[in-house]
Amino acid sequence: MLIIKNLRASIEGNEILKGINLEVKAGEVHAIMGPNGSGKSTLSAILAGRDLYQVTAGEVTFEGENLLDLPPEVRARKGIFLGFQYPVEIPGVSMVNFMRTAVNEVRKFRNLPDLSSSDFLKMMREKKALVEIDSGLTSRSVNEGFSGGEKKRNEIFQMAMLEPKLAILDETDSGLDIDALKTVAYGVNRLKTPQNAIIVITHYQRLLDYIVPDVIHVLYQGRIVKTGGKELAFELEEKGYDWIKEPNREIENE
Amino acid sequence: MSKDDTLQQVTTNLSDWYLSSRDRLTKASSPVFNAPRTEAIDHFRTLGIPGRGNENYLYTDVQKVFSQPYKRHIDPQKIIFSVEDLFHCDIPELDTELILLVNGWFYNNRPPLQILPNGIIYGSLAEAALRYPDMVKSHYTKYADHSTEGLVALNTAFARDGTFIYIPKNGGNEKAFQIVNILLSTEDLFVQHRNLVIVEEGAVARIVVCDHSLSALQYLTNSVTEIYVGKNAELHYYKLQNEHNLSNQFSSSYIHQERDSRVVFNTVSLHGGIVRNNVFVKLNGQGASNETLGLFLADQNQHVDNYTFVDHAEPDCTSSQNFKGVLDDQATGAFTGRILVRQDAQKTEAYQVNNNILLTDEAQMSTRPQLEIYADDVKCSHGATVGQLDENALFYLRTRGIDSREARLLLMHAFGHEILKQVSVKPLQERLEDLVDKRLRGELSRCNNCPVQCET
Repeated sequence: MLIIKNLRASIEGNEILKGINLEVKAGEVHAIMGPNGSGKSTLSAILAGRDLYQVTAGEVTFEGENLLDLPPEVRARKGIFLGFQYPVEIPGVSMVNFMRTAVNEVRKFRNLPDLSSSDFLKMMREKKALVEIDSGLTSRSVNEGFSGGEKKRNEIFQMAMLEPKLAILDETDSGLDIDALKTVAYGVNRLKTPQNAIIVITHYQRLLDYIVPDVIHVLYQGRIVKTGGKELAFELEEKGYDWIKEPNREIENE
Repeated sequence: MSKDDTLQQVTTNLSDWYLSSRDRLTKASSPVFNAPRTEAIDHFRTLGIPGRGNENYLYTDVQKVFSQPYKRHIDPQKIIFSVEDLFHCDIPELDTELILLVNGWFYNNRPPLQILPNGIIYGSLAEAALRYPDMVKSHYTKYADHSTEGLVALNTAFARDGTFIYIPKNGGNEKAFQIVNILLSTEDLFVQHRNLVIVEEGAVARIVVCDHSLSALQYLTNSVTEIYVGKNAELHYYKLQNEHNLSNQFSSSYIHQERDSRVVFNTVSLHGGIVRNNVFVKLNGQGASNETLGLFLADQNQHVDNYTFVDHAEPDCTSSQNFKGVLDDQATGAFTGRILVRQDAQKTEAYQVNNNILLTDEAQMSTRPQLEIYADDVKCSHGATVGQLDENALFYLRTRGIDSREARLLLMHAFGHEILKQVSVKPLQERLEDLVDKRLRGELSRCNNCPVQCET
């Protein structure tokens, strides 16, 4: 589904990603872990189409198509979803209006007619129940005045509404208490099918207790320095990131 | 000829026109209008049309507008069309008491004054000045100062008609009042109208003003509106300017507020050529509050200049101004917000915000806060921003499949929503949201099913 080959990217001349290789297949859940500043959020932003970064080398294909040439909205319509680490507050844009526009844009792309008002509202109700989002939140402006937990839940709600093929969840666990974390994880697990894939980006191991990954990658200084099964998370939990940093000191000296 | 010479010439022409038409003017008018004419024209001769030398008009090219050759009329012209056939506002829930002005004249298709059983009087100001001279006289020229403002002096010298609304003590009306100003002619036209709103002690009123121009000709409107809001009275006043690029408008509104009165004054400028809105507020009694808001959308070569002056003359009053602008193409805009807190006006709270979005590199916005504070126990704040759309928000919307254009429209609409959401007449608010959306999309923003086909 997603193939990343030797991806290098920089911002204002600083190289952040120094050759990423990654392949994600349908039905898989991948976790990308790593200390702060290792490039996790940069990778997710580049996959979603943020133009702040310059891709200097490498390629990214999504279902065989070059992803890097596509504007963010086309990536979204093709089935890529980014759950933001810091969801943006947009005062004055109602959740309902926002979601109706988004869902219908995606449907238009798939040659489906716009949803009727009643079908749309029915869909909203179902998806709200799925992620246990407070009904009142969807009648407000996008993320405006939402608590940290509500914002994250809202990201999963949007994911449920848009039914992406590949969801990239950027630190969805940060700032969540354990109950909110469980709800978010429950929502994500319910949305998982053999046809879609999920990349979970996280700093901590605890989210992976609830969203169990097939593969874990450790990102450090712009490179994937370790790949393994879910047991890797426990090892990281036990030994901390210093364990990763030690054998990679040579990278810093390059 | 220099700009100043041109303006001087315009001032002289208008003064001469006054002399030649004075007899007809006074013969046709109530003594209430006639009494201040001589004084007003004398002031106008001295003050003249405000040029760039006038600090309050730094950002608006008044000369360009006033030097055009407009037709001027002392008397109403026969308009050959049936307004009733052409015009009915189609906002179904907006059931209003309608006052129609065509080219500044009360449209005489109904009794010039309506007197409702609840004591409310509304209609033509000319008629009100004849039938209720004392009522009109006690407010007329009391708030709009023709000794300092050239445009007010000009309006006062020639005043003959306009709208009149009177709400008696503790009165109120279920329906809002709707004043529709229509410009319709076969020639370029200079229009002046004079309006008076009296909201007596304890009364409540909602007024909606819609400005439309129906012929694709050049217009210049110089209007003055005086508003009296008595003790503990409440007024919601909404002004929708939806004219066309050849319609230039100078409108001056003077709001006089007594103790514990509350006023919301909201101007939405959707379309116009050169638009200048002056709002003067005098908080003349303890505990009065005033909220003056504005939203303007300008593109091509349009120019919108909002000027507010809030005079805190008494203690414990609250005022806030919130103006927002979206400027596209080569459009220009200006905002000046003057706040005067007099020495005795302790415990004043005065807030001011002006936020603007420039969509192109050529669009320009000038914004000026002017705070003069002579009391020492006050809370005042002001802020202004001129910027672009929020890139983070744009990206967020796009990652959900919404294309760049639609995302920008959503954000611009949201920007304006902050002003529109404060419109308390719900059907009007919905219509404004819709009009703003259409305007932003570059579609004709006339009211959808309105048979009046506003040219743009």
